[in-house]
Amino acid sequence: MNVSKEEVIHMANLASLNLTENEIEKYTKDMEEIIAFANTIKNVNTENINESIIANETYNVFRKDEVKEFEDKEALLKNASKNENGMFHIPKVI
Amino acid sequence: MSNGDYETIVGLEIHAELSTKTKIFCSCPTEFGGEPNSHCCPVCMAMPGALPVLNEKVIEYAVKAGIAMNCEIAEISKNDRKNYFYPDLPKSYQISQYDMPLCKNGYVEIDTKEGKKKIGITRIHIEEDAGKLNHDEFGKKSFVDLNRAGVPLIEIVSEPDIRGAEEAEAYLKKVKAILEYIEVSDCKMQEGSFRADVNVSVRKKEDNKYGTRTEIKNMNSFRAIVNTISYEAQRQINVIENGGKIEQETLRWDELQGQTISMRDKEDAQDYRYFPEPDLGLIKITKEYVEKIKENLPELPESRKKRYISEYNLPEYDANIITSSKYLSNLFEGALAICKNPKSVSNWIMSDIIGALNEREIEPDKIPFSAKDLGDLIVLIDKGTISTSIAKKVLQKMFETSEKPDEIIKKYGLVQISDEDTIRKLAHKILEANPKSIIDYKSGKDHALGFLIGQAMKETKGKANPRLLDQIFKEELNK
Amino acid sequence: MELCELTVHELEEKLNKKEINLKDIVKSYEQRIREKEPEVQAFVSINEDAQKQVEQGKTGIPIGIKDNICTKGIKTTCSSKMLENFVSPYDATVMEKLQNHVILGKLNMDEFAMGASTEYSAFKKTHNPWNLSKVPGGSSGGSAAAVSADMVPWALGSDTGGSIRQPSSFCGVVGLKPTYGLVSRYGLVAFASSLDQIGPITKDVTDCAILLNKIAGYDEKDSTSIKIQPKDYTKNLQKGVKELKIGIPKEYFGEGINNEVREAILQVAKKYEQMGAIIEECNVATTNYALATYYIIACAEASSNLGRFDGIRYGYRAEHCNNIKELYRNSRSEGFGQEVKRRIILGTYVLSSGYYDAYYKKAQKVRTQVKQEFKRLFEKYDLLLTPTSPTVAFNIGTKSNNPLEMYLADICTVSINIAGLPAISIPCGLDKDGMPIGFQLIGNSFSEEKLLYTAYAYEKEENFREKYKPQFKNDKT
Repeated sequence: MNVSKEEVIHMANLASLNLTENEIEKYTKDMEEIIAFANTIKNVNTENINESIIANETYNVFRKDEVKEFEDKEALLKNASKNENGMFHIPKVI
Repeated sequence: MSNGDYETIVGLEIHAELSTKTKIFCSCPTEFGGEPNSHCCPVCMAMPGALPVLNEKVIEYAVKAGIAMNCEIAEISKNDRKNYFYPDLPKSYQISQYDMPLCKNGYVEIDTKEGKKKIGITRIHIEEDAGKLNHDEFGKKSFVDLNRAGVPLIEIVSEPDIRGAEEAEAYLKKVKAILEYIEVSDCKMQEGSFRADVNVSVRKKEDNKYGTRTEIKNMNSFRAIVNTISYEAQRQINVIENGGKIEQETLRWDELQGQTISMRDKEDAQDYRYFPEPDLGLIKITKEYVEKIKENLPELPESRKKRYISEYNLPEYDANIITSSKYLSNLFEGALAICKNPKSVSNWIMSDIIGALNEREIEPDKIPFSAKDLGDLIVLIDKGTISTSIAKKVLQKMFETSEKPDEIIKKYGLVQISDEDTIRKLAHKILEANPKSIIDYKSGKDHALGFLIGQAMKETKGKANPRLLDQIFKEELNK
Repeated sequence: MELCELTVHELEEKLNKKEINLKDIVKSYEQRIREKEPEVQAFVSINEDAQKQVEQGKTGIPIGIKDNICTKGIKTTCSSKMLENFVSPYDATVMEKLQNHVILGKLNMDEFAMGASTEYSAFKKTHNPWNLSKVPGGSSGGSAAAVSADMVPWALGSDTGGSIRQPSSFCGVVGLKPTYGLVSRYGLVAFASSLDQIGPITKDVTDCAILLNKIAGYDEKDSTSIKIQPKDYTKNLQKGVKELKIGIPKEYFGEGINNEVREAILQVAKKYEQMGAIIEECNVATTNYALATYYIIACAEASSNLGRFDGIRYGYRAEHCNNIKELYRNSRSEGFGQEVKRRIILGTYVLSSGYYDAYYKKAQKVRTQVKQEFKRLFEKYDLLLTPTSPTVAFNIGTKSNNPLEMYLADICTVSINIAGLPAISIPCGLDKDGMPIGFQLIGNSFSEEKLLYTAYAYEKEENFREKYKPQFKNDKT
């Protein structure tokens, strides 16, 4: 099965990535190879097999509803290249 | 064809914030407001490496809601990631539930003109709320505040059973009342803790296939929802009548213009790429757990309503309105416990209290006095301490100042004059000043008596006991 | 012999006897880093305050940390331009457990742990201490190279599809990928959540057990961590392998496996037999599908996990963005390297509507089969013995432009992550060019103790560390 350039562009859009013409070429080619390889799993007979939902079947791992404030609030904001008044700023979203 | 040949089909996705103390996946407080980004931690701020841990109360509240809305509770349930980019969604995925929701196949009952109607509930699932964007009005910036990010929500998805705006409103109010009664959400619409995505389609009545639907997202007022549905249905009918086709799209309600507006962001079809959340375990709900919640479920509005009708003889209409709000219903029950006069409590709520709420544009949860205060007020009337008209004034004061009724009466000297001598002296005074009224009365003009009582009330600023006034004037006039 | 050449348990012995103090150890390593780092390039950042921190009261043996484990106050870059200046506001759970230990530095890796050679680091290429023209393996290449070159006494790595074991094998050191859920992932920058585990990379098996003791254990901050009784993994190291049933899966010795590697591993099997173990050939039929399954699941999860790098709250942010879309797209396109973008696109593809069932869902079904197959095998065998990698370390630059070929380097290791099992890589000799070969022992869930004593038995017998030392060979000179 072939992977089209349009599909690669669509995936990049969904993933919020820009691709240059060269990258589109390269990734389309890579994807074709990788997907061709991935298709090997189509040969596996998985009739009556359930898919794994999570890695190790843990159930009901819950936390009590008790407030615990994170102490170093300042450190939470420090990595933002643009923040004002304790808020992250971004180009205007309507 | 005319509008009457069409029916409007409405589907609602209600989002209600759960009133847990902490967020769904971290221990940050859910409190509304606060300094921007002050109720945050590495988890809800989506720092690299941070992991979610599910709040047990969220499961309890969601199951409670499911039971109250007659749902089947899933034995096994899971969380899924819904992937999309938006600046209020810090992980770029929302942890929600996709194909194994906690609750499904439920219903709630609403009252329509044609009688009772069951509105099906497809599913109720848990998910996290997004943060908030603030906008710099004149500049070119928006600001991200993540205090709300990670506040737990349930999403209640209805079947397309709702016909028209009126039923939609009744359904919304019923769901809101249920959530309030079982105390899983405070449903504050202004704060956005109860909001809905509205799906609207129309079809000719004889058709059995649904028409194409449009969706209006994130609405948080009953009035706007009703207006939107009416507007959107009419718009769709017009399009079809003019030979057009409805496009499936997301719209926005423009309150000022009173119309729906296309969002027109179709550059790339959305594809949420749901998949099971690998950072969380599965949820297993036992029968015992469900039974325990069932046993402890508070009385629901429908049951209260039936009781008000059968036990207290309230008209169905009144019972319906009072039980539509947990706060009104609790006010009713609390006042009743004190004054033992259901008819009177119901009348006060239906007329003066609802009137005052409408006038002040506030919700019943904001009533500034207690049920006991209302009960006390009615006792004062029943004992003859104040007249009904004085009581109305006292109630207004209670709304304004939250003072207790007896304090208000004392403070403003509103106690009713029920002393016979005083009233008789007053009657003499009024009769002396109005000889014409005496002649009128004697010549059979009954309105003269009303005029005289009115004068006496004016003289006493309404404090004279009206029953006594009537009796004494009659005695004097008939002498 | 320099202090830095000793193992941790040897250093601890000397410390206990008061022959040396912790500062001597730190000094020795600092000296070694000054000497060797210019040619090995294992560090993303080096802690300049190590001695001061000893003076301030740290008492544990110093350690090196892979740069995708969050360390409060020290940069955590994931070897990505995206996180070049990122300082975590919190410590990973494993770092809290190791808070008594001086961190010598943060170690290089393939960007976001995606790769098998550490060539995909945005900052530098790490060189294999045995031969500087070769890769150290990856993605924990910096950790393995630093331990091998004696620049750190021990290190933490992370393993999603072989990222601890394969570089350990390439660099002639011991690397353990614990059972999924044994070590908390809280604070490990996620690549593929259902596959990632943190684990030790050490000079020998005893050190591996000591470090595992320190980092293992249930963590309420990680919902996938498992509550099990804490164990002292050093306790039964001398237990021996008598009567132990070891399976040799045929599929791990077929086409694509280098002859010298195959021979070396079969020698290991013979050795175990001599020591009293029962060796038997077996089959792991799902091996042939494991790699495709792995890349589908890992990339799917990665495409979602890496969504949070949007330029808003932390990380690289592109200049001059006119709107939010540009902010996202420019920041992510400029901040991520080629391989990361390739995997995000692949992961997005296998999750997208129309392909989800054929790839992601199908892969999760195969995953169930892989788990079931291993489960059946461990009803019969105590452990499985395989090569860790089909080849020894390859030359820098030979695979970095061919993604699929690079993916094939993981062929022996990915099944273990898919099944959530523990596995350890132990050095077992050198090939004719003097490059280390490693073998892999695979155990049932939570059988780390058995893995360790089995590995220990071999190590005692063969004494790899005493026989061989990295030569820092430089083909160019």
